[in-house]
Amino acid sequence: MGKAIIDLQHLAKKFGDQTVLKDINLTVNPGEIVGLIGPSGAGKSTVIKVTLGMEVASGGSAKVFDTTMPNRELLGRIGYMAQTDALYDSLSGLENLKFFGLMKGIAKSDMKKEVMHAAEVVDLTADLNKRVSGYSGGMMRRLSLAIALLGSPELLILDEPTVGIDPALRRQIWAELGRIRDEGRSILITTHVMDEAELVGRVALLLGGEVMAFDAPAVLKQQYGVATIEDVFLKAEGVE
Amino acid sequence: MRTIGIMNRVLKELFRDKRTLALMFIAPILVMLLMSVIFNTNSSTDVSVGTVSVSQKLNKEMGGIKHVTVKSYDTKKDAKAAMDDEKVDAIIKKNGKNYSLTYANTDSTKTATVKLAFKNALTATSINQLKSALKQSTKATVKLQAQLQALQKQQAATSATSATAGSAAAAKQAAAKQAAVTKAKSTNHATKSSSQSTPKITNHYVYGDKNTGYFAKMLPILMGFFVFFFVFLISGMALLKERTTGTLDRLLATPVKRSSIVFGYMLSYGVLAVIQTIVIVLTTVWLLGIEVVGSMASVVVINLILALVALAFGILLSTFANSEFQMMQFIPLVIIPQVFFSGIIPLDSMADWVKDISYIIPLKYSGDAVNDIIMRGTSIFDLGFDIMILLIFLIVLTILNVVGLKRYRKV
Repeated sequence: MGKAIIDLQHLAKKFGDQTVLKDINLTVNPGEIVGLIGPSGAGKSTVIKVTLGMEVASGGSAKVFDTTMPNRELLGRIGYMAQTDALYDSLSGLENLKFFGLMKGIAKSDMKKEVMHAAEVVDLTADLNKRVSGYSGGMMRRLSLAIALLGSPELLILDEPTVGIDPALRRQIWAELGRIRDEGRSILITTHVMDEAELVGRVALLLGGEVMAFDAPAVLKQQYGVATIEDVFLKAEGVE
Repeated sequence: MRTIGIMNRVLKELFRDKRTLALMFIAPILVMLLMSVIFNTNSSTDVSVGTVSVSQKLNKEMGGIKHVTVKSYDTKKDAKAAMDDEKVDAIIKKNGKNYSLTYANTDSTKTATVKLAFKNALTATSINQLKSALKQSTKATVKLQAQLQALQKQQAATSATSATAGSAAAAKQAAAKQAAVTKAKSTNHATKSSSQSTPKITNHYVYGDKNTGYFAKMLPILMGFFVFFFVFLISGMALLKERTTGTLDRLLATPVKRSSIVFGYMLSYGVLAVIQTIVIVLTTVWLLGIEVVGSMASVVVINLILALVALAFGILLSTFANSEFQMMQFIPLVIIPQVFFSGIIPLDSMADWVKDISYIIPLKYSGDAVNDIIMRGTSIFDLGFDIMILLIFLIVLTILNVVGLKRYRKV
């Protein structure tokens, strides 16, 4: 195994008096999908924010590509998809993709190819010229994912990517995520859908600002003596 | 490159929001049209003028003008008392040959009416004087001509009788002729001088000064106000929306520089402000018939700088708002006080400490500058002070914005 793409060590984060993250140890290796699960308010979004450099760690270290975050230049190598769709309503899907592509620093010559590829993955090619305000909730989610995929980033950070996406397309997206992993790129993904947590390489269970468990799904199930990740989740929460 | 990308995107969004766009361009035109109608209705104002020791002729002449009533007072004191009771709008007092005019000036249209009426009446009376003087001089000339003819006849007769005596007579007659001509000339001169020495008129204003043409004075500030108001509000809302929908976070999750975002916004709203200013200037010039003495390009430049200040201000304040409604709450807090101190209400009449507040109001500087350009034709290069202050506002606010975006991304 090579050097970890994301390396969070003893990460702590406080907002004023409120401690959100206590002691987070989390690594994402090249060619690995890591799932981040936990109840609302457990600090999943904060982990992501610190990883992206939107927030600075109050303690411990946050390294991405072996560089301490925050670092602006590194963001070009990360594809990020937020919990909210974060799209420009009055622009068309194509214009949204092109705009974020430009912001990510994709060269003009590659733009068309990148945009078309990303749109194809999320099955939006036919609706690219429609304004986003006319999109359905699922279409917006897909477009949001397509923006994260632009430029084939080495690291994808996806916050609840499959909410509101129908099962067939969800399967298609997971297939694409699998392909991305096989290319040696890494993915950090948060999810509420427990059967998705079965699909990741390793799953981190976040509870009360700490990582309660961090291992492959199969190992976790064995450890907790249950049949599914959902049960692991419930058991861990019950223990707390 | 990214800055341009952001500019294009913001412009695209703006131009697709037809309603907001219409508001930006049509609302100012509508409001100004209304204001010009409301503040400039001088067609039917009735004014009453009090006169002190003014000639009957002039009184009569003025009283004959439509919408003007003349009341004669014995002393200035009586007239002043009448003015304090709002019975008269202006007092005309004659001091020897000169006139001293005092205007209540609470209503600039009335002041203008009185000024015009007095001028017309004065011209009319002096024309009358001129006429009578002319009549006299014409009479004199006719008389002279008759004399001359008589002289010539006489001369012819004398030369026929005696050549020697004739020469003497000719000399005599020539002298007489000369004298007559000189006399005629001097009469002419007299008429001329009486018309030349027009009485000196001094104007006094109880309130304000001669520049208090209400709409004219408001216009430059009004123009700036519209630019400031709309750019402030719309840009603030736009950034607020970026924040609440999460696009700002997403934008900041790319390697874009914080300054690129601020400059991208500045460029796009700069473009919008230029268009808006041009529309407003053209409206005022063509539709409202307001004269712009200076260069219109200078007016646009000043308003552009003001728009950028408004933009920076809007973006800055939007970080303190959590919703569109909270953004609206800045209007009474930020926009309205600016109007009070911008010069629409004359600052001279305020207490000193109140006056000092106006120094931190961007609208005051742009108003002063545009006022000078429109009314006095001042060159933009002579307005360095106002422009400099505006630029300082702009630079400070821009830096605050670029630093302020650190709240959302730490690099």
